[in-house]
Amino acid sequence: MISRQLVITLIVLLIAALAMGFYAGRMRAHIVSSAEQAQGTPAPVAPPAAGPTETVTLYVAYDDSGSVHPRAAQIPLSGGRQQRAEGMLRALLAIYLERPSPHVLPPGSDVRGVYIVGATAQTPTLAVVDLNEALADGHRSGVLIEELTVASIVQTLTANLDGIQEVKILVEGKERDTLAGHADLSNMFDAGAVSRMMATAEGLPVAGSQSRDF
Amino acid sequence: MPWSSSLPRLTEIGARTRSVLYLASCAALLWLGFVAGSRAASDGLGEKLSIYSKAANYSLPIEQRNGQDYVGLLELLDPLGTVSATADHSHWRLHFYQEELEFNDKKSKVKMHGGDLTLPADFLLENGRGLVPVSSLSMMLPRILGGPVEFHQAARRLFIGDVQVHFTAAVNSATPPSLVMNFSSPVNPTITTEPGKTRIVFAREGVVAPASPLTFSSTVIRSASFTENNGAAELAVNTASALTTSVSADRKTIILTPVPQVAQVAPPPPPPAPVYGARRYFAVVDASHGGSERGAALNDDLAEKDITLIYARRIRQELEARGISTLLVRDGDMTLTLDQRANAANLAHPAIYIAVHAASQGIGVRVYTALLPAGNASVGPFVNWNVAQSGYEQMSRDAASQITAQFQAKQVPVKMMTAALRPLNNIRAAAIAVEVAPQGDDVSGLTSVTYQQLVAYLVAAGVAADRTKLEASK
Repeated sequence: MISRQLVITLIVLLIAALAMGFYAGRMRAHIVSSAEQAQGTPAPVAPPAAGPTETVTLYVAYDDSGSVHPRAAQIPLSGGRQQRAEGMLRALLAIYLERPSPHVLPPGSDVRGVYIVGATAQTPTLAVVDLNEALADGHRSGVLIEELTVASIVQTLTANLDGIQEVKILVEGKERDTLAGHADLSNMFDAGAVSRMMATAEGLPVAGSQSRDF
Repeated sequence: MPWSSSLPRLTEIGARTRSVLYLASCAALLWLGFVAGSRAASDGLGEKLSIYSKAANYSLPIEQRNGQDYVGLLELLDPLGTVSATADHSHWRLHFYQEELEFNDKKSKVKMHGGDLTLPADFLLENGRGLVPVSSLSMMLPRILGGPVEFHQAARRLFIGDVQVHFTAAVNSATPPSLVMNFSSPVNPTITTEPGKTRIVFAREGVVAPASPLTFSSTVIRSASFTENNGAAELAVNTASALTTSVSADRKTIILTPVPQVAQVAPPPPPPAPVYGARRYFAVVDASHGGSERGAALNDDLAEKDITLIYARRIRQELEARGISTLLVRDGDMTLTLDQRANAANLAHPAIYIAVHAASQGIGVRVYTALLPAGNASVGPFVNWNVAQSGYEQMSRDAASQITAQFQAKQVPVKMMTAALRPLNNIRAAAIAVEVAPQGDDVSGLTSVTYQQLVAYLVAAGVAADRTKLEASK
């Protein structure tokens, strides 16, 4: 003879199981629907940095003359130093992605991030620039053409952010020997030396040592 | 024997066996290392074919296939004139000026104007590269070049045209008597001394054996012997005492004179030491990229690695014409890491290292010195590999300035700057890189022999102009 209490317990458990099953089914349908929506529509594009615009000096590479020249630009900059650095470099790459371009970079070139490591008594301030694969893999190969890309990135950072002494360039978060077979990325760049590199080539003022607009 | 008492013995035997096995493994590893080292050493030395011609003196690596010596035909003809080759499956077609030759992989028959040719061994096509047996050169080259070719096959020395350097050797009647050698063309040999013998090695010049025997009536300088081997000629002078060497300004006369004997009371003379020519290479020229690393694709057909090799060879030729001994880091299509290139250069202890690059962008020539990386200070006596160039930067800039000035004087567009370009920062000598771009918009201008010769001439002239400073640095 089955006791009455056992019957009630079984019925309650059965109802609970049915309710759980119904809830799980609804949840699954919701997840599938979300995934389908995600596949069917493009990923949301990060909105441009909001806030007031600011005048910065971008160091733009010119293939024709084989040199890097400062160019004033008004761009919206907000947030901390890292976000500002990313904004400046994206503005620089945008110039290269225009057509015609003074220094052609492959489509899809982008900066994945810039990380600034603070200075201590023992270590100088280091900016780590993480470029995307599209930029490095599609970059034209040649000593001068690669050095121009590196110099314009390093000089743009050092000219607009005080205290950057060294710059390290990564690609997709990883170390890479060269940009496209020539410019050495395995070491850190001395910001001052890079500024002098292009200045001595062209007799230009060293980046960071002047403030006038061009 | 009870089991309990045999157990320690078994354990002891096991330990002994393990020790023996361990020692045997160590010995095997050492033996393997020795064999690998010997192999690497012999590979490094390498067998080579030396070619002497009016256009250039150069050497090519010999490659062994099926027990036969082979050489790349395109590389052989390249310094001699306008040559090109196309490969289509097993078919290889070569153009040298108006001459056209057709080869087939693993076939000995060659189609060419004026009648087919049968090689003594099969032609081989490897990755688009045509290899011919070395033994076929004496029959094939006169047909291609349309002129006389003399091949010293055992010594692997190939003379194209009337380019042999003849010499006479005689002991004069001076006191002390000297051995005077007169050469028909300037020579720049390596001369070393050892007790009882002075060796004069001609690695680049087509010096051939004299007509008369090399025996002398002097008691101090008794005789000499001339030998040829592996693309070089050697003159060994047998002497009773150490000799000093002097070379005339036109480099056509070498005089060996006995060192004057000193009194017994005087301090003992230093041991015989290398005299003139025992120095290492003065310049190292490095054709960038190579092998599987093609460098920039200059156009659909032109890889940077091939162009850099052509320019490097021409620069070597121009440097050697100025009496500057030059080593090519690679003299064929081989893959080398940047560390290997730096090691090869540093081991040669040159006065200057010149890396050669080519580009399709821009016009003219760019001359680079090293942009040293940050955060790599040397510690104590240990030189940081990444900034090994520290201390040589001014010498590098001076050399780059001299080369730049040569291009400016000839109104060839030139730019001088620093670059983060390995292995410049790893070199313990003056180090520069020369990036050659075409003179105009057409990248095929890089293949112009006239332009190649002009660039090589101006680079060599710049090095020669800085020679005194560079020599002082050595």
